[in-house]
Amino acid sequence: MSGAAPAQGMFDCRDAYVAALEELAADDPRIVAVVNDSVGSSKLGRFRDRFPDRLINVGIAEQNMVGVGAGLANGGKVPFVSGAACFLTARAMEQIKVDCAYSQANVKLCGISSGVAYGELGATHHSIEDVAWLRAIDRLTVIVPADPWQTAAAIRAAAAHDGPVYLRLSRMPVPQLARTDATFRIGVAETLREGGDLAIVATGTLVHRALAAAESLAAEGIGARVINMATVSPIDVAALAEAAATGAIVTAEEGLAHGGLGGAVAEWCARHAPTRMRMLGFPGFLPTGSADWLMEQHGLTATGIAAAAREVLQAKPG
Amino acid sequence: MTDKLNRNNIEQRAARTRERAGWMRQRLLGMIVAAGQGHPGGDLSATDILASLYFDVLRIDPAMPDAPDRDRFVMSKGHCTGALYSALAGRGFFPEAELDTYLKPGSRLNGHPNRTYLPGVETNTGPLGHGFPVAVGIAIAGQIDRTDYRTFVLTGDGELQEGSMWEAAMLAGHRRLGRLTVIVDRNRLQQGARTEDTNALEPLADKWRAFGWQVAEVDGHDHAALLQALDAAAAPRDVPLCIIAHTFKGHGVSYMRDQAGWHHGVPNAEQYAAALAELEAEAGR
Repeated sequence: MSGAAPAQGMFDCRDAYVAALEELAADDPRIVAVVNDSVGSSKLGRFRDRFPDRLINVGIAEQNMVGVGAGLANGGKVPFVSGAACFLTARAMEQIKVDCAYSQANVKLCGISSGVAYGELGATHHSIEDVAWLRAIDRLTVIVPADPWQTAAAIRAAAAHDGPVYLRLSRMPVPQLARTDATFRIGVAETLREGGDLAIVATGTLVHRALAAAESLAAEGIGARVINMATVSPIDVAALAEAAATGAIVTAEEGLAHGGLGGAVAEWCARHAPTRMRMLGFPGFLPTGSADWLMEQHGLTATGIAAAAREVLQAKPG
Repeated sequence: MTDKLNRNNIEQRAARTRERAGWMRQRLLGMIVAAGQGHPGGDLSATDILASLYFDVLRIDPAMPDAPDRDRFVMSKGHCTGALYSALAGRGFFPEAELDTYLKPGSRLNGHPNRTYLPGVETNTGPLGHGFPVAVGIAIAGQIDRTDYRTFVLTGDGELQEGSMWEAAMLAGHRRLGRLTVIVDRNRLQQGARTEDTNALEPLADKWRAFGWQVAEVDGHDHAALLQALDAAAAPRDVPLCIIAHTFKGHGVSYMRDQAGWHHGVPNAEQYAAALAELEAEAGR
């Protein structure tokens, strides 16, 4: 969990987040950071040292933090409001809905240590509901980056975007993905691997696991398309149409198995292209255990994704 | 001599805002009657405060509602749109005739204000406890940029039962936001009962002082007193200002005054005629 440095070749995406934010802040005086006593957990110590007037610590008060963020936007700032995803979203839900989304305030909400990163701390500190909650809110962009490069790119895109954005960031170590097309656009998914037998649609920490699953499926002669659906809302319907065209879809996310990415994909498919699906995620409140153990227990591994892929292929008609 | 001139000047200004407040009262009651719903009690307790702000104090230009250096006013008690919309229309943010569309299907004059389609609204409010933290954020932006604009926010007194209000009060006191003024519409009634019988606010001035604010208490229906309290010269430079405006729900219409039952409510034809007659008599005095 916290404290330990990521293994070699693995990265804590908070580092990419703060590096991108500092770079933006150096160029644009409108960029400010707002925190709830979370300078350390958001890794914003260096930002505070470089831009002392532009780090606003409201103390342990999430409702006020989000309201203040909306006010800073009214005053011409581009606030990045950062706090543990569990508290930022659940505690300040009405402020996110009314002050940010309904008011269309130019606020960037950064949910740090999302999913089950706080493993042993238990369900109070897990943020597995956030994507389901926030994608239900109209005119709020929801982005779940998958690796350090995409985290930095998403931060820059959010800053350039006029309107409220929720960035679901992670501290769980992930590798840097290889990609040929290094562009990031809000609302545009990236297809990391082609394949015609089924599609694996994943977000965040599950994307590299989905690629590993596709690798092992390829050895069995199964062609799995891998889609990194970093923007969950608004979702990329063209990418979904391509996924549905394979006839079978597995979704994988570090969050609830219902209501989040899987729910979004299922809703679109039910309306436009009914497709056999398996939705990987958590069923609800989780017992104590490390993040890795919790992920393993619920099939959120390369092995688990590959198993779900075989299952959904067996159910595929024809 | 100077004192006498200033007093004459403030009386002249007060006469003007009093006239505008009388107009707002007639207009908002007409809107509520036409719409068949509304919050007349809270509208009428806030009317004199809003008239003072919109027709005297606020440095705003309806032609440039987003001007970066404008004064900001945030209506934290967002349900009192009868008063807010009549003030905005009277100040020229949208045509006065549009007030007749209040609460009608598709109208920009929603039950709670919406900045995305109505000029002059700074942030969407309605749920209590939202506008004040946003106003604190606006004042912090001004503090960072060392700008000159003032930020005003009107809260209900019952609204102070929301925890987010005290989160915001604490931060504003801590950051010594000298260009922030909160006005508490202290009508002592919340939706269903007296504040003091529900979840008591007193000693209210002491609470604000304990949070690092300067406090002024005024008669919230005395226009000269309101203008003096809201004057930039009266505001402290290095701490935020809380003006506790002692008001009455339903003020201006005798049968509504200080009655919890008029929180929501629509006068019937006879009551409406009586209210207008009373307001016209007051205007003629």
